Amino acid sequence: MGIKETALAGTLESSDIQITLSEGTGINIDLDSSVEALYGDQIKKVITDTLNKYGITDAKVKAVDKGALDCVVKARTMAVAQRALGTTDEPNWEVL
Amino acid sequence: MKNNVGREIPDEILNEKDYKTFKSVDIGNPEKQRVAPKVSVSTGDDKVVDSLEDVVKENVKDGMTISFHHHFREGDFVFNKVMDIIINAGIKDLTLAPSSLTNVMNDKVVEAIKAGTITNITSSGMRGSLGEAVSHGLLKNPVIFRSHGNRARSIEEGEINIDVAFLGVPNSDRLGNANGMNGDAAFGSLGYALMDANYANKVVLLTDNLVDYPNTPASIKQTQVDYVVKVDKVGDPDRIGTGATRFTKNPKDLKIAKMVNDVIIHSPYFKQGFSFQTGSGGAALAVARFLRQSMIDNDIKASFALGGITKPIVDLLEEGLVNKVMDVQDFDKGAASSMKNNKNQQEIDASWYADPDNKGAMVDQLDVAILSALEIDTDFNVNVMTGSNGVIRGAVGGHQDAATSKMTIISAPLTRGRIATVVPKVSTVVTPGDSIDVLVTEVGIAVNPKRKDLVEAFKKVPGLPLVSIDELQKRAEKIVGKPEEIQYTDRTVALVEYRDGTLVDAIKEIKD
Repeated sequence: MGIKETALAGTLESSDIQITLSEGTGINIDLDSSVEALYGDQIKKVITDTLNKYGITDAKVKAVDKGALDCVVKARTMAVAQRALGTTDEPNWEVL
Repeated sequence: MKNNVGREIPDEILNEKDYKTFKSVDIGNPEKQRVAPKVSVSTGDDKVVDSLEDVVKENVKDGMTISFHHHFREGDFVFNKVMDIIINAGIKDLTLAPSSLTNVMNDKVVEAIKAGTITNITSSGMRGSLGEAVSHGLLKNPVIFRSHGNRARSIEEGEINIDVAFLGVPNSDRLGNANGMNGDAAFGSLGYALMDANYANKVVLLTDNLVDYPNTPASIKQTQVDYVVKVDKVGDPDRIGTGATRFTKNPKDLKIAKMVNDVIIHSPYFKQGFSFQTGSGGAALAVARFLRQSMIDNDIKASFALGGITKPIVDLLEEGLVNKVMDVQDFDKGAASSMKNNKNQQEIDASWYADPDNKGAMVDQLDVAILSALEIDTDFNVNVMTGSNGVIRGAVGGHQDAATSKMTIISAPLTRGRIATVVPKVSTVVTPGDSIDVLVTEVGIAVNPKRKDLVEAFKKVPGLPLVSIDELQKRAEKIVGKPEEIQYTDRTVALVEYRDGTLVDAIKEIKD
């Protein structure tokens, strides 16, 4: 499944991650992280897994990470996914 | 060959440079031979010169060792000025042996390495663009990192043989009597530079403030100085030290500081006439505030505070809670400007402060040291040199030296962002775990199991959250996850000496 509109979640503060979702083919993650060498793959995995739970298989992801923990990465991905799908009024509880 | 903290030191390094591997934090009672500098005899009447270029061209030759001090910190104008002249003169193959390198010097050092001017470096540390460049293999020969005490030892024993020392001072008379206390660019103690003044074959003072002869108090003496060069400005007063050090409001720092204080006051060392050293970080400064109140409440006074000095420590001196401040460098303006007014704030040189091969150094008399860490592992080994990505971004400073205190406390948050502070193995061992006694984090206190006496003492204290360091490590990993391993090449880019000159670790080049 693709997405309806470009959406953004998160900030550029320390320990946060800012994720932008826009149209694309396949999940394509452009990650810029202060801890990329240590946690790059893990961050990409959390984003991909979370998007998949929303059924999103086609999206371009731009992620600017400032050392966010996995729980934060997941929360921001959920927020950006619901915004991109236009479903912010009806949270998908199953993903939680 | 593996050393006694389990670090692999390449055999070719041991053979080529005649190094021994680290064995023990116990220095013992060896007999050591010190060296003496060459003296170019003069009556001293013609020391003042206008042209720094001429001094450099006359005295600096290919292959020599040159030195600087870092007391001007980020406000230093001397280093770049001198290095520009040396680079432009086309001098090659120098060994750079400053007391440390600050960020304002980084780009110039990189330029000098690229030009072939500098081919060897020994320093307390390096950061920023220079640390990055060295970690990625810019310098052919490994950098040698030495603690302040070890630098003093190496100079005294001829391992660092300084040909020319370029020392900036905020005042000097025409013969070279100088101190760090007066003038626009005053920075207080000249502690590290006193080694260079005492042992370099040629001593060149640079000053923007030529005063009447004879200048007192004279920390550097006319008997040591070859040239006095008048320059426009030796430093930027606003960047030498920040004005008033502000106390942290960070709740995590405050909690750690309070716990550190609890450890101190419940230790056997908190008694009349105890001594301590603190660093300059937020938590360390906050400890001074809690300690002050505990000293008042218990009517206990300290005999001395040691090391790098800050305004909160000077305040304790002025309040009469500390009898003497033994001052090797000043971290802020408050500490720098009080030295000239308070005879109990004693300037000490790096040897007196911390040289292990001594007839007694100040650190040998130290009861409590509060130090920081980038990483600490489950063997209590501490890294203050390389970041989580393996890149050089720190300094040994006085860490290894002060850690010989009777009770060394590491104060550090469990995690910083997504980076764990308590780890299974530190990326670089700087201070061996045998000299670390207590780790204080915001979630618990771990005592080195080798200190059974402290474990017993703290067990009796209700409310002290004692945990094992393994628990702390697991807790950190649970929060941040398990990082991927840093990839290095086989090439050694830097060596970390222990304070006795043995090798405690080797830092490898980062793989891109």
